[in-house]
Amino acid sequence: MTTALSPAPAIRVDGLHKSFGRTHALDGLDLRVGAGEVHGFLGPNGAGKSTTIRVLLGLLRADGGTARLLGRDPWQDAVELHRRIAYVPGDVTLWRNLSGGEVIDLYGRLRGGLDTARRAELLERFELDPTKKGRTYSKGNRQKVALVAAFASAPEVELLILDEPTSGLDPLMEEVFQNCVAEERDRGRTVLLSSHVLSEVEALCDRVSIIRKGRTVASGSLGELRHLTRTSVVAELAGMPNGLGALPGVHGLEIRGQRVTFQVDTDKLDAVLRSLGTSGVRSLTSTPPTLEELFLRHYQDDARSEAIAR
Amino acid sequence: MTTMAAPLSAPAVRARQLAGTGPLLRLALRRDRVLIPAWVLGLGLVVVGTGSSFEALYDTAARRAALAASMNGNGSMRALYGPVFGDSVGGLIAWRMAGFGAVLAAVMSLLIVVRHTREEEETGRQELLCAAMVGRRAPLTAALLTALTANAALVVVIAGGLAGSGRPAAGSLALGLAIGCTGMLFAALAAIAAQLTESARLAKGLTGAALGLAFALRAAGDTATTGAGSPLTWISPIGWAQNLRAYAGERWWLVLLFLAAAALAGCVAYALTARRDLGMSFLPARPGPAVAPRSLSGPFGLAWRLQRTTLGGWTLGFVCAGGLFGGIAKGAADLVGGNERTREIFARMGGQQNLTDAFLATMAGMLGMVAALYAVGAVLRLHGEETAGRAEPVLAGAVGRLRWTAGHLALAYGGSAVILAFGGLALGVSYDLSAGDPGGRTGPVLAATLAQVPAVWTLTGLAVLAFGLLPRATTAVWALVGGCLTLGWVGPSLDVPRWAMDLSPYGHLPKLPGADATAAPFLWLLALSALFTAAGLVGVRRRDLG
Repeated sequence: MTTALSPAPAIRVDGLHKSFGRTHALDGLDLRVGAGEVHGFLGPNGAGKSTTIRVLLGLLRADGGTARLLGRDPWQDAVELHRRIAYVPGDVTLWRNLSGGEVIDLYGRLRGGLDTARRAELLERFELDPTKKGRTYSKGNRQKVALVAAFASAPEVELLILDEPTSGLDPLMEEVFQNCVAEERDRGRTVLLSSHVLSEVEALCDRVSIIRKGRTVASGSLGELRHLTRTSVVAELAGMPNGLGALPGVHGLEIRGQRVTFQVDTDKLDAVLRSLGTSGVRSLTSTPPTLEELFLRHYQDDARSEAIAR
Repeated sequence: MTTMAAPLSAPAVRARQLAGTGPLLRLALRRDRVLIPAWVLGLGLVVVGTGSSFEALYDTAARRAALAASMNGNGSMRALYGPVFGDSVGGLIAWRMAGFGAVLAAVMSLLIVVRHTREEEETGRQELLCAAMVGRRAPLTAALLTALTANAALVVVIAGGLAGSGRPAAGSLALGLAIGCTGMLFAALAAIAAQLTESARLAKGLTGAALGLAFALRAAGDTATTGAGSPLTWISPIGWAQNLRAYAGERWWLVLLFLAAAALAGCVAYALTARRDLGMSFLPARPGPAVAPRSLSGPFGLAWRLQRTTLGGWTLGFVCAGGLFGGIAKGAADLVGGNERTREIFARMGGQQNLTDAFLATMAGMLGMVAALYAVGAVLRLHGEETAGRAEPVLAGAVGRLRWTAGHLALAYGGSAVILAFGGLALGVSYDLSAGDPGGRTGPVLAATLAQVPAVWTLTGLAVLAFGLLPRATTAVWALVGGCLTLGWVGPSLDVPRWAMDLSPYGHLPKLPGADATAAPFLWLLALSALFTAAGLVGVRRRDLG
């Protein structure tokens, strides 16, 4: 399937299955993350993002399918792999009587080392007081503890796995976070970023995978994904629109005098523009789908099919 | 121009501050639907059960009078139980149980109150509740009412149980009230501690320390004087509980003293609540180091850091217990010798006819059984780390599952041996000092205490087994431990058959010092422990974690 020429993917997951009792958390999930890319991992709550990540960390054993991390088996080779991975959970819980600085050092040492200069720099940038005890940190500050530990990890770390890492961060810190991820990419590290903050994903990610109910429903670069969806068009015409409604790929057409509003499947855009041209175009605005629309489309399909099933 | 809302009347303000107390109380009672009945019935059963055993053991007035006289004449026994105020069966029950029942009720109450106040704040659960229609004073009120419910149930069970088994009604009620009122007083003290500290554990510790102090004051007071004259005894609420004199001319006015003290402590707690923010405390949290020490660099260092305070506390507790038991051993043996039936029970518990050795063996066995609580708790830290989500980032480091487990197991196995060694040493040295025989029995007593280790480790192994193979039911291992301990404590006086005693690993240990020891039972238990541990570790390696 994969071409032998492309560099070995950092993460390669095929047909992953995992059940907890009667719930199928993962139902044939696929995921490819190329070395050196920042990959957005999207899906509604309960879609199986965290389960996938815990399989990748060797905490859960998959029921079926294969998972390869940096070319190795995450269950079998967990300890060796973890020297090359830094992980930030979505909900960081700290030991109440350990200070933040101690936890950062502990996480770093467990992984095999910490870049102390970078640690100091990150503490400054994230405005984190390392002397406070675990129980006194707010949610956002607990999150910063794990982020500093991950971003300051030793050079051996090649892959960062971030599971909704910015929950609880304020917008300023969110920006610091985005800068840090960009720096990590520039250093050649691979990042798997599970997130709900779509602007963050749009700003940072080279490619995204959208999963739903334990399956991958879309995967590719943002450009590729956009191509699969609809563009919104608003046009002011010189004459009456002719035959626009009959064209394939046009949806939600509204005509008010000479002003038309509609959505069009992006791959049919060319034919539609040509048809508009015959009526004479005075003004035209076309908006590519936002990631949010992309995202919502996949989710709403889900909600609709559920409604039908009921 | 502007219209101002009419200021609320004082009662309306008060009502508003209590808004939501009802739902919170129902929530607390629902969460404690197992905890409270277990404590109340367990404690009730012990108190009422003591009654029937005294009735059987000291069946004539003469015997009871002799017991009372000898107990009152023995300083170390007065330190442990307080003076005997009346030599009826009821009087003896009150003598034996008023102090201990009060201590246990206090422990129950402080756990309940801290659980529903500071622990809720610390975990952040209360924030969500307080954002709803919940008044500022409601959480504390609900917690105190929960404690009140539990203590009232305790009074009913104890008074009803004792009166139902033929004791005078007034005395039964007095003993129930002595125990329940102490519980309520410590509930109010725990409410103060919960305002002072930011950590639930520290709040429990502070109240526990106050309880320990109360016990120590009473013990010191009762040792110093016969009767009830010492002011030290009167500073201590536990002293009040005993001086309520159930079945021996009840001093009902002490109930009022209890209620006044509890109300005062409650007012202090409410005043403190009104002066602080949610989640904040009066004792400031001290900052920690910005950089981790060298020792905190792996799973062993982490486990040590997390458990060292607990281990230190247990060691101190074992040294104190050993010292106390050792100090009263000689006197106790003399006392027990006077009663045929007690002598028989002690001989069965301690396994021999030499009463001093039997007593020392019984105490070594006690330490052994209690040490299992420490060891199982240390193993179950693993479970706590896993369910709280703290294990996940550790295991996401280059840390094998076995290494992570081994850190905590080292503390469970090593730590239980350490506390037994300290407890045994204190027991032996203190006995030798009180018997005026320096170095005489220290060695054998220490060996006897260390001989408990294989049985402790068998239960520890069971906990590892449960953690590895039954992650969802891990805490059920407490029930097994509780069963073994109950068997060991009450089995000998209930004539439980041999095969049943053998279900507990402690049943297989020779009664040291004094009895003949062979290697076989130790080796069997160690092998069993190793087997359980290994099977548990296999489970840990194979199962899903986190």
